[in-house]
Amino acid sequence: MSVAPVAVTAIAPRRAAVDRVAWLALPGVAYLAVGFAVPLALLLVTSVTRDGRLSVAGYAQFLADPFSWTVILNTLRVAFLTTVVCLLAGYPVAFALARARGPLQGVLLAALILPLSVGVVVKAFAWTILLRTDGLVNRALLVSGLVDTPLRLLFTEPGLVLGAANVFLPFMVLPVFSVVKLIDPRLTEAAATLGAGPLRRFVRVTLPLTMPGVIAGVAFVFSMSVSMYVIPTLLMGDRFKTLSILVARSFLFMRDRSLGSTVSVVLLAIAIAVVVTSALLARRWQPER
Amino acid sequence: MPLERATLVVVWTVTALVVLALLAPLVVTLVVSLSASSVFNLPPPALSFRWYERTLTLRELWPAVRLSVALALVSTAVSLVLGTLCAIALTRASFPGKTTLTTFMVSPLMMPGLVVGVALLSMLRELGLRDAWASLLIGHVVITLPYVTRTVLASLSLFDFTLIDAARTLGYSPARALVKVMVPVLAPAFLTSGLFAFLASLDNYPISIFLVDARNKTLPTLMLQYLEENPDPTIAAISSGLIVFTIVVLLVADRLVGLRRLAEF
Repeated sequence: MSVAPVAVTAIAPRRAAVDRVAWLALPGVAYLAVGFAVPLALLLVTSVTRDGRLSVAGYAQFLADPFSWTVILNTLRVAFLTTVVCLLAGYPVAFALARARGPLQGVLLAALILPLSVGVVVKAFAWTILLRTDGLVNRALLVSGLVDTPLRLLFTEPGLVLGAANVFLPFMVLPVFSVVKLIDPRLTEAAATLGAGPLRRFVRVTLPLTMPGVIAGVAFVFSMSVSMYVIPTLLMGDRFKTLSILVARSFLFMRDRSLGSTVSVVLLAIAIAVVVTSALLARRWQPER
Repeated sequence: MPLERATLVVVWTVTALVVLALLAPLVVTLVVSLSASSVFNLPPPALSFRWYERTLTLRELWPAVRLSVALALVSTAVSLVLGTLCAIALTRASFPGKTTLTTFMVSPLMMPGLVVGVALLSMLRELGLRDAWASLLIGHVVITLPYVTRTVLASLSLFDFTLIDAARTLGYSPARALVKVMVPVLAPAFLTSGLFAFLASLDNYPISIFLVDARNKTLPTLMLQYLEENPDPTIAAISSGLIVFTIVVLLVADRLVGLRRLAEF
């Protein structure tokens, strides 16, 4: 008697079981296929159809209009600035969160998770009060001596970026925190022992180790800022046009399905580009294990 | 070392400012809701509950609250079932394209909600479905499902499946072994993802705006409509209600799984 046949019978049913397990994904995958992928594919088809025929006239018209480029640039600029503010403010906070112990860490976590859990309509509404000329932001600026006269912030782009960055900040801090807390402090100590200065230690050791978190945070914040609708509607009003606002207006008010689907696909393309780029970058920065 | 001390000062100054900026909107909303004045000036001239009393007279508000809560509960429940099954398959089975499928399953989180809403509306109208409740439910599961799949998947990837074999060796039936061993391990993931799925559905505006009708409005769509029509502190009272509700839910979740766990949403 050899051991081999026993091993084979032990492995064979397990293989079959593993393959059967894959079917468990079917209901969820089918759901998102029908409720998410197919509608988006149909929208894409609508955007390249005119009078029942294949046509890219919708895109040609949209991209030939200088107004469209203003809208695209508005969208990308606000999203970029919001992401930069989130990164600059969020990166240090992730370190503070990882360093803090006991009740202080609890307070910091609560200060991130509570605003994250409160709805965006509530927060955007609150920012319309905070950004008023006699609002708290202006009072803080006056008290600190940074400005002499109150700034107009509501219905301006800096106000929008400030409000949006505030709403999305937890989505930057938490992914960065999730990698910062895993960094072995002995690594920077080792670098110090080897004679690396603080700046060099940060650039060569800490920054590369936090890159996966930074990529995830940037991708989150950028994709949310590109497609935000409630925040610019309340903080900027109707005159400011972004791709999202144009999508909503063309379907809800103008009833222009052709323009709406074209703008939707442009916005979708940007979102997909963000996802793909971040996935590629994440692979490149994956820590070797 | 002066540079390191300077870094620490910067880190903690930024953190203090960020905490203030994150909590300011919530505090301001609560204060304004208790103000007797109808303009949003701070500090309030006098305190009053008049804006809370006014919410009782808004005829559309309470049906909207009921609709939003019901939608959030049902879509979370559906997502917990579908998402968990999916997560088990994605950890246990090996098949080609698994990574792509995983990305696909969480991708609704990164796609523009308005576009998903518009696309879904067009398809459902083509199919002849005009019922707002059903349309909203279909749309909300699209956004709640990725929360569950992602969190349960992360939790399962750390799970030691030989524990189930061990339970079976000890005489449990396969189904019982699965329930007895896996459910307690996954409970925190169910709670965390269920919580964020529920809150995401309760807060959703971009998909809902296309699927609501005149008689079925969700709370966020109604709130934005109020804000555009007559912005008075009644909206602050409604918002404060939501903030207090969120605080209570988070306190319970903190007791059950801890804040650190919630941070891994």
